[in-house]
Amino acid sequence: MKKHFIKLLASAVILSTTILAGCGASDSAGGNSGEKVTLKVYNWGDYIGEDVIEKFQKKYNIDVVYDTFSDNEVMHTKLSAGGSDYDVAIPSDYMIKRMIDEGMVNKLDFNNIPNYKYIDEKFKNLAFDPNNEYSVPYMWGTVGIIYNKTMVSDPVDSWNILWNEKYKKQVFMLDSQRDSIGITLKKLGYSLNTKNQDELEKAKQELIRQKELGIVQSYVGDEVKDKMIMGEAAFAVVWSGDAVFMKRENPDLEYVIPKEGSNLWVDSMVVLSTTKHQKEAEMFINFMCETDIAFANADYIGYSTPHTEAKKMMSPDLLGDIAAYPSDEQIANCEVFEDLAGSIKDYDRIWTEVSVN
Amino acid sequence: MNKKWVAYPYLVWMIIFIVIPSFLILFYAFTVRDEQGIRFTLDNFYKFCEPIYLSVLLKSLGLALFSTFVCLILGYPVAMILASKHFSKSATLSILFIIPMWMNFLLRTYSWLTLLEKNGIINSILSFFHLPKIDILYTDTAVVLGMVYNFLPFMILPIYTVLMKIDSKLVEAAQDLGGNSFTVFRRITLPLSIPGVMSGITMVFMPAVTTFVISKLLGGGQYTLIGNFIERQFIQLSDWNFGSAISMVMMILILISIGIMSKFDEDKGGGAALW
Amino acid sequence: MVKKIIMKSYLGLILLFLYLPIVVLIVFSFNKSKSRGNWSGFTLKWYKELFENSQIMDSLYTTLLLAILSSIIAVIIGTFAAIGIHNMKKFRKTMVMNLTYLPVLNPDIVTGVSLMIMFVFIGSIIGLKLGFITMLLAHITFNIPYVILSVLPRLRQMNKHMYEAALDLGATSVYAFRKVIIPEIMPGIISGFLMAFTLSIDDFVISYFTSGSGVSNLSITIYSMARTGVKPTINALSTIMFVSVLLLLILINIRSAREEKRRKQYDA
Repeated sequence: MKKHFIKLLASAVILSTTILAGCGASDSAGGNSGEKVTLKVYNWGDYIGEDVIEKFQKKYNIDVVYDTFSDNEVMHTKLSAGGSDYDVAIPSDYMIKRMIDEGMVNKLDFNNIPNYKYIDEKFKNLAFDPNNEYSVPYMWGTVGIIYNKTMVSDPVDSWNILWNEKYKKQVFMLDSQRDSIGITLKKLGYSLNTKNQDELEKAKQELIRQKELGIVQSYVGDEVKDKMIMGEAAFAVVWSGDAVFMKRENPDLEYVIPKEGSNLWVDSMVVLSTTKHQKEAEMFINFMCETDIAFANADYIGYSTPHTEAKKMMSPDLLGDIAAYPSDEQIANCEVFEDLAGSIKDYDRIWTEVSVN
Repeated sequence: MNKKWVAYPYLVWMIIFIVIPSFLILFYAFTVRDEQGIRFTLDNFYKFCEPIYLSVLLKSLGLALFSTFVCLILGYPVAMILASKHFSKSATLSILFIIPMWMNFLLRTYSWLTLLEKNGIINSILSFFHLPKIDILYTDTAVVLGMVYNFLPFMILPIYTVLMKIDSKLVEAAQDLGGNSFTVFRRITLPLSIPGVMSGITMVFMPAVTTFVISKLLGGGQYTLIGNFIERQFIQLSDWNFGSAISMVMMILILISIGIMSKFDEDKGGGAALW
Repeated sequence: MVKKIIMKSYLGLILLFLYLPIVVLIVFSFNKSKSRGNWSGFTLKWYKELFENSQIMDSLYTTLLLAILSSIIAVIIGTFAAIGIHNMKKFRKTMVMNLTYLPVLNPDIVTGVSLMIMFVFIGSIIGLKLGFITMLLAHITFNIPYVILSVLPRLRQMNKHMYEAALDLGATSVYAFRKVIIPEIMPGIISGFLMAFTLSIDDFVISYFTSGSGVSNLSITIYSMARTGVKPTINALSTIMFVSVLLLLILINIRSAREEKRRKQYDA
């Protein structure tokens, strides 16, 4: 056993050094191929159409290094340390506002992004980028309630249903400070961007009350999708894009945007200030706004596109689905997250206090 | 072998990659950045002294301790059986215990969700046989289960490598002298295995205190342990100062407890020498 | 006889506990839908998709390379470190051991962020960018303590006079080291290697913060997919990895069993 182990180890070392050498060789070969630009894109995982990168590389003869991140804050922590050199990134709304304030993104030259005209007006000039100088919307959605028709006997149109004592242990809340505190604020009639201490205190009390009544089964993250599909609970607070997927897997599920309003989220493309290829980065963003590319992206990811022409190519079922493409009146009371700056500590304080109760 | 210098490459490595980053953490723990720039302060530590944070710390320590204990209880017999003369292929068998850990952690934990959920696999099987369903998700039990699952091989391997060396003749001699299995175990096997047990406990307890993904997925998002807490400070709140301070407090606490534990070790004379 | 059955059953139970989630994982790699719990039919499409997905395959190579290299280097540095530490006097030994514990007890986030800052800072001076090398250095750093912790107990078990006895009998110190010390601590070395390999393969946080653009390991790729749902392609990958390792293990065992038989025939 020991002898074989040593032999295996030796071969592993030889193998690895060969591969390393090979990698090194190909790296330098790639680098020496002259003036070819390499664009570095930083995006969520599984958040782009299947052949989009290849198509871009072929069309513009630009190499793309494509990396993924798991959430906004983690991405921000990494980028702010300074060791990364990405050109394009696709963060979420409130994070973009923060990055603008911290000087982490460059202004865009929209002359290089003519396809911007296809983006729906209602997604332009939103609170996080008021004059729309830094970002181009990529995907959007809402936050709402998904519920299992067979497990619910009451009408579902308000956040209050999640505080209904009839549904003990039947509610999944989102394990995300801003989303959970946000919807509670909406339920109470306040803005989900408020910094008002009284309003926040009331929201805290509501969340604690919800826990004390035993209504919450758990605070969950991305695993909520499969949980609702498998009927683990009657209600969950989810993002709309996930709702589309869930409804397809389990036809007993329905999605609704409560009448008090909710959160409208937008993921947008930005050019980072560490870029050395501003023009190419803008070309990439423009490419993502081509109609068939935007359609490919939305079709693969399953979320909603802000691209007017791509939207027209969607199936009628999807267009009529409130989870995918809600009407303007359905999202009338929805707000986009703004950066809370210093008040984030208040939110965290609330979150901690709710968690120990 | 009295060659101490062989450790020098490691010492250099240690200084560059452990000591220097630790100084960074120290720096963050003792400073605060505000309008006046960076200043030295103990505020971060004072902040931690609130009962809410201390209770989280206590809970994490308690849970980690319990999980380590369970790992020890379950893992020691495995190591003993593997090291006993009944098994010839024990080396291969021991690798079998660690292979599951090569599958991605997130996937493994998701699989536990699939197994333990109310409509999950275990309950489906139970209800098929008209047995009562189990509902342990989002409880302490589920978190301990997750921790034991992830750390058990790290308890088994060090104990196994030590037990396999224990001269079976020692055991036979003790039995010849009239000792029953229990006495032999208590007086011979157990003391000789202490170095391995100490390593195992170290490799399980320490990461168990600071782990957070397990508690997040199996305990529910609000099951806050000190690991979740520190992660939140660094990532969500960008409060590296407070996060570093908490880390430091924990570091010191754990090092002290390991120090106390090793006192036991020294008293027993440790190692192979019985005389 | 009964004792042997009890022993085997206990091992079997523990193995069942450890492999239950793995079996679930494997089964759902054949699931038609993307869901991890909702079975909707048998399919091989995820396996097909796996081989066409260059991002996952790249991550796989990086992960394996990283794991093998970092484990081997950690074993080398760690084993010598353990020997040196074993011979240190009490005070120095305690200091070094306490520092060694730091990567083990620190939350990944603290190790990851502090290493990242250090790399960026040093990098700006000596021109080292975040990338594969920094990731490798980080992996070696958190692997070494586990190697040390595995080898030290075996060193303590070893009879301290064996080495001297070998020298007395005429061996050079290198020869004595190779033929006396190494075999004694070999199980510790192997176990240390296995643990280091395990930690490296599965690491996410430290890898994420110490990697550079274009370098992703499997964990980073998988965790990034969590938001929209980890596709069964990853299950397919895990299944293939698992089966390969099992096959390798079986092969090694068949070979060593055959060698043992041959040896027994010689003796007979």
